[in-house]
Amino acid sequence: MLNIQYFASIREALNRSEEELELPRDVKSVQALIDYLVSANPHFEAVFIGDGDRKAGKVLVAVNQTIVDRKHLLSQNDEVAFFPPMTGG
Amino acid sequence: MISIQNEDFSLGDEYAAIRTRAGDAGAIVTFTGLVREIYGDDNTAAAVQSLTLEHYPGMTEKCLKDIQLKAEDRWPLLATRIIHRVGELYSHDQIVLVATVSAHRHAAFESAEFVMDYLKSEAPFWKKQKSKNESSWIESRDTDKEALDRWQKS
Repeated sequence: MLNIQYFASIREALNRSEEELELPRDVKSVQALIDYLVSANPHFEAVFIGDGDRKAGKVLVAVNQTIVDRKHLLSQNDEVAFFPPMTGG
Repeated sequence: MISIQNEDFSLGDEYAAIRTRAGDAGAIVTFTGLVREIYGDDNTAAAVQSLTLEHYPGMTEKCLKDIQLKAEDRWPLLATRIIHRVGELYSHDQIVLVATVSAHRHAAFESAEFVMDYLKSEAPFWKKQKSKNESSWIESRDTDKEALDRWQKS
């Protein structure tokens, strides 16, 4: 099972903080996972695709707690997290 | 040593502790970050009630450890201390502490700034500000990313 976590403004926009997902066979990459999530939940589109790509660039992805790009390949049991750019300190 | 905590910290206690750990140190630099009144003008500043710090447990500790190791790779540090608070904070509260210890001041100054620059852009913390009528997530600033450039050039 894939464990997916959402943080901060992304968590609020999607109204969920965590979910478990059986990795669909044709979902190989982070981008494919995003496409899958958007097709399963149409309201995800505003967050991940955005208008004119402006918002889409503002979603960062970590796999197993390391930031990756959207071409990164997923494995069963990965921990995937989506969040906006960090604002600590 | 790294801590993510809700509780406040005492600069005096942390200084004493790191001084004990420091061995033959010639320089200790401590940086403390505070919560500012987010809206500048006097009327609205009072309206900002609090700041809520969210983080990604697990990844936060991993990121801060990576940043500490990068700093230790780059400068001859005798000790490092990072504390970052999470949860609800108010204006003028302490939010972050970075202390670096070295034989000489340049290494201590530079590494403390390096740790703060990386912490701001790479550690998974997010700030949300709350005023009487609304709450909003603070947007990241390009200047924070730009601060990393100079560390990559040299």
